[in-house]
Amino acid sequence: MINLQDVSKVYKSKHGDVNAVQNVSLSIKKGEIFGIIGYSGAGKSSLIRLLNGLEKPTSGTVEVAGTKINEVNGRGLRKARHEISMIFQHFNLLWSRTVRDNIMFPLEIAGVKKSERIKRANELIKLVGLEGKEKSYPSQLSGGQKQRVGIARALANNPKVLLCDEATSALDPQTTDSILDLLSDINERLGLTIVLITHEMHVIRKICNRVAVMENGKVVEEGEVLDVFKNPKEQMTKRFVQQVTEPEETKETLQHLLDDTASGKMVQLTFVGESAEQPLITEMIRNFNVSVNILQGKISQTKDGAYGSLFIHIDGDEEEVQNVIRFINDKQVKAEVITNV
Amino acid sequence: MFEKYFPNVDLTELWNATYETLYMTLISLLFAFVIGVILGLLLFLTSKGSLWQNKAVNSVIAAVVNIFRSIPFLILIILLLGFTKFLVGTILGPNAALPALVIGSAPFYARLVEIALREVDKGVIEAAKSMGAKTSTIIFKVLIPESMPALISGITVTAIALIGSTAIAGAIGSGGLGNLAYVEGYQSNNADVTFVATVFILIIVFIIQIIGDLITNIIDKR
Repeated sequence: MINLQDVSKVYKSKHGDVNAVQNVSLSIKKGEIFGIIGYSGAGKSSLIRLLNGLEKPTSGTVEVAGTKINEVNGRGLRKARHEISMIFQHFNLLWSRTVRDNIMFPLEIAGVKKSERIKRANELIKLVGLEGKEKSYPSQLSGGQKQRVGIARALANNPKVLLCDEATSALDPQTTDSILDLLSDINERLGLTIVLITHEMHVIRKICNRVAVMENGKVVEEGEVLDVFKNPKEQMTKRFVQQVTEPEETKETLQHLLDDTASGKMVQLTFVGESAEQPLITEMIRNFNVSVNILQGKISQTKDGAYGSLFIHIDGDEEEVQNVIRFINDKQVKAEVITNV
Repeated sequence: MFEKYFPNVDLTELWNATYETLYMTLISLLFAFVIGVILGLLLFLTSKGSLWQNKAVNSVIAAVVNIFRSIPFLILIILLLGFTKFLVGTILGPNAALPALVIGSAPFYARLVEIALREVDKGVIEAAKSMGAKTSTIIFKVLIPESMPALISGITVTAIALIGSTAIAGAIGSGGLGNLAYVEGYQSNNADVTFVATVFILIIVFIIQIIGDLITNIIDKR
């Protein structure tokens, strides 16, 4: 559905060139929810704007829904944009229009008849759960409701691809989840391909199938969400994974415990998928002559399975502790001895 | 009662003068609105980072706007005497004031339009682009509706400034309340005429301001 080949974007400025996107190649399949995560300035905003031609690449090719976006202009580009819609962090609704008129706007642009426009708008209002708000103005809506209007508007012309530009970053956690559920639902019901950019790993964990991690304009890591959670390779990726797997203040707590621990080993267990559901601790205590102290843990659910991390302290005979670690690794659970935080 | 306090005020003349002032103001306002919106749009669209970014065109329009906005109105009338004679056929009466009124107020309104358009959320323009909107669609369905309250309050300000200008034009022969106050009032030493003419001008200004505020409040859904 989406193919990026060696794409770069350079902005010229007085203080020299800014390489916003550098040699990015990505391939996104039909019906997939693909997440791009990175801190601000990583180039993800520029990257997503290359997909609908709001920005043109300095080099490389961008193909979306069968159109070479970097080659088309004028009418061809406008036509392609009917297939690729976008939602925004700050919603970008027209304050002068009611909810229904906002949703009808892209239909007006596409030249749809008025009776059809009203019919389609009413369907969409139902789809995103805004019945009764048809005649409200955006200023009378909450943030979550505004984003629902944004989503309805984006779906009006039956697009093949939906681009989400930090679509939940301005919303509170609860509203974020309801919007993510809506996106996930739309993805399943309409078979829509979704590309989203975010700085929150929570968003990736909740709805994405695959993820790309961006840093300084480059994609530094890419893969299935669960694989990336299980085995983050880059430092940047590890930091993002920690956002959702480790409870806050983990570092301080562990450092404190490490300082106090004279014997035994501090171990971080990482569970993925079904391994998260076995009674590991029970078996450890039954089969080995060690004492186990649970320090901290968290399990999070990704779209394709559970992922958890548990910090434990194992005390006992040196050799026995090694046996325990070997035993854990045999159970498809990753065990990592922590010596310093 | 009226004759007792304002012995020199001729009611027919007063109504005529009021009509002439309203006529000059409204006709020139109409032209100033159309020309101002076009110039304002061009100023906005050719500015840096906008849809038709063009430094040369922007500088030329900005220069013209600044020059005509800076010339004092009295001098502008005198400078335009030849042009007015050619266009209207006379340099006396309400119609003769129109060219100077339009040329004096349109650039002023153009700047207000430009400021109004700058206030339109860039994100909304980007959203319209992302939906495949043409520039004309963006102008008529995004820029103008989204800046409408500011465009209306701008036209209110321009209308009030225009009434001031019609009074100056009146003093040198265009008719209207300014002419009445100056010729029948000041020059003929009839203070009561000057007073009544002033009150009428104030009433017109208040009514325009109230109508402008009302419309702005009704259409502003932010």
